[in-house]
Amino acid sequence: MNRLSPFNIVSLTLGFAFLYIPMLILVIYSFNASKLVTVWAGFSTKWYGELLQNEAMIDAAWVTLRVAFFSSTIATVLGTMAAYVLIRRGPFFGRTLFSGMIYAPLVMPEVITGLSLLLLFIAIGLARGVLTIVLSHTTFSMCFVSVVVSSRLVTFDRSLEEAALDLGASAFEAFRLVTLPIIAPAVISGWLLAFTLSLDDLVIASFTSGPSATTLPIKIFSSVRLGVSPEINALSTIIIAIVTVGVLTASIVSKRQISRRLREEAQAG
Amino acid sequence: MRRLLVGIPYLWLLILFLVPFGIVFKISLSDYAVSIPPYTPKLDIGAGWAAFTEFLGALDFENFVFLTSDDLYWKAYVSSLQIALLSTIFTLLVGFPIAYGMARAPEVWRPALLMLVILPFWTSFLIRVYAWIGILSTEGFLNQFLLWIGVIDAPLTLLNTKIAVYIGIVYTYLPFMILPIYSTLERMDESLLEAAEDLGCSRTQAFWLVTLPLARPGIIAGCFLVFIPTLGEFVIPSLLGGSETLMIGKVLWEEFFNNRDWPVASAVAIILLLILIIPIVLFQRNQAKETEG
Repeated sequence: MNRLSPFNIVSLTLGFAFLYIPMLILVIYSFNASKLVTVWAGFSTKWYGELLQNEAMIDAAWVTLRVAFFSSTIATVLGTMAAYVLIRRGPFFGRTLFSGMIYAPLVMPEVITGLSLLLLFIAIGLARGVLTIVLSHTTFSMCFVSVVVSSRLVTFDRSLEEAALDLGASAFEAFRLVTLPIIAPAVISGWLLAFTLSLDDLVIASFTSGPSATTLPIKIFSSVRLGVSPEINALSTIIIAIVTVGVLTASIVSKRQISRRLREEAQAG
Repeated sequence: MRRLLVGIPYLWLLILFLVPFGIVFKISLSDYAVSIPPYTPKLDIGAGWAAFTEFLGALDFENFVFLTSDDLYWKAYVSSLQIALLSTIFTLLVGFPIAYGMARAPEVWRPALLMLVILPFWTSFLIRVYAWIGILSTEGFLNQFLLWIGVIDAPLTLLNTKIAVYIGIVYTYLPFMILPIYSTLERMDESLLEAAEDLGCSRTQAFWLVTLPLARPGIIAGCFLVFIPTLGEFVIPSLLGGSETLMIGKVLWEEFFNNRDWPVASAVAIILLLILIIPIVLFQRNQAKETEG
């Protein structure tokens, strides 16, 4: 469909302006010298300096990164297993319940998930802290990983696995040597998705964290409630920059891989 | 080996997803108490069968009766449904033309356009909501801009109103609407449109009769992806909405953290869950049909 009408061009321009202008304003005003966020008073990087001095913020950032790393790693393992089971295994007892439990957390309002997990931790007497946040984040992000991985598993040729099995590989070897390399890009993007979901989560972390563990979103939320502050703008800019660089790098790497594969296939053919 | 493969993720979800709902339900039947944890009765598993029946006897639907007697809750559910429904429609109206434009763009542009839609989705949700506080406040950028071009004489009150909540929802949930619609439109066979036009359809008719029905699974998926989480949304109404914007997610949060009334918060959650069961089941069936087809 290569027929861009003026209407299409206008809707694309307006759409992307709507998506990007708010973030652009946020970034520009993080370099504002004035404490007032809406009045421009010259270029300055002092808010970045103040942010780096803010030890509570840095502690929170550290907790957040640790939680995100552990939860996304466990979630990737569990989510990949779940996807493999759902796509590759035939019917098993309670399959409907299993697939329901994979899809429901994707849309479940966070207040419900957060509340229910907190009540579970209290019922079993688990002290709230980094561990409980990791458990909670793993639970909902493994579902996202599983959806990403199963969409890749659906499209790839099953006969490759069967060939490996016929040639004498064990089921685990076939998975490690054939399936895993092919689904690796999906597993990696699942991990990245789980990582950012964890970095970003406010509601579930608020319910399941204790006084010993404050994550960055909890910190940001409590300061934002008091109004706009240039320090938060600076922090947001750093986060936006990291995400942009990360996503762009990931997409360039995967594009290179695809074009290399296409080249190799062309040579082989 | 095989058993472990199914067993581990299964058990994990049973313990950390399904069992917690049972606990929420149990506590919603308990009574508020000034203690730690703040509810009664507490189940003592070691105390034998008599204690268990006594425990069961102490449970009642009092909290649910309380929810119906105070019209705060009733109003919060209705207003959440209304806000979720309207913002889903707004998101569809904003998102569809973007997805449509993307699908019609030259093929070489499409990966870049897709990246532009996905990028905000990876950026922090909280930050994207926060960005609007500076734009919508009385001395914010939108008011400055409107005053400057002379559309208004006095600044508008936008922040802490329902309008701000709608803008916030449309803004943050837009990628969830665009992506599924785009993926159905992108797969569409263009020759179908040519055929329709050859058979005497006008461009507009072809859009209504061919494009839109083909995009339906994407539209449905997008609407559910926006509607269901919005219904229990907490961050957006608490940062952009005022005291007049009642949303059930915010009520639950306040009941839990400010009033420390866990039994009532649990009852609020159970009712929200009951309201959501139908759309969640419909969403799953739509997704299952998509993956099979």
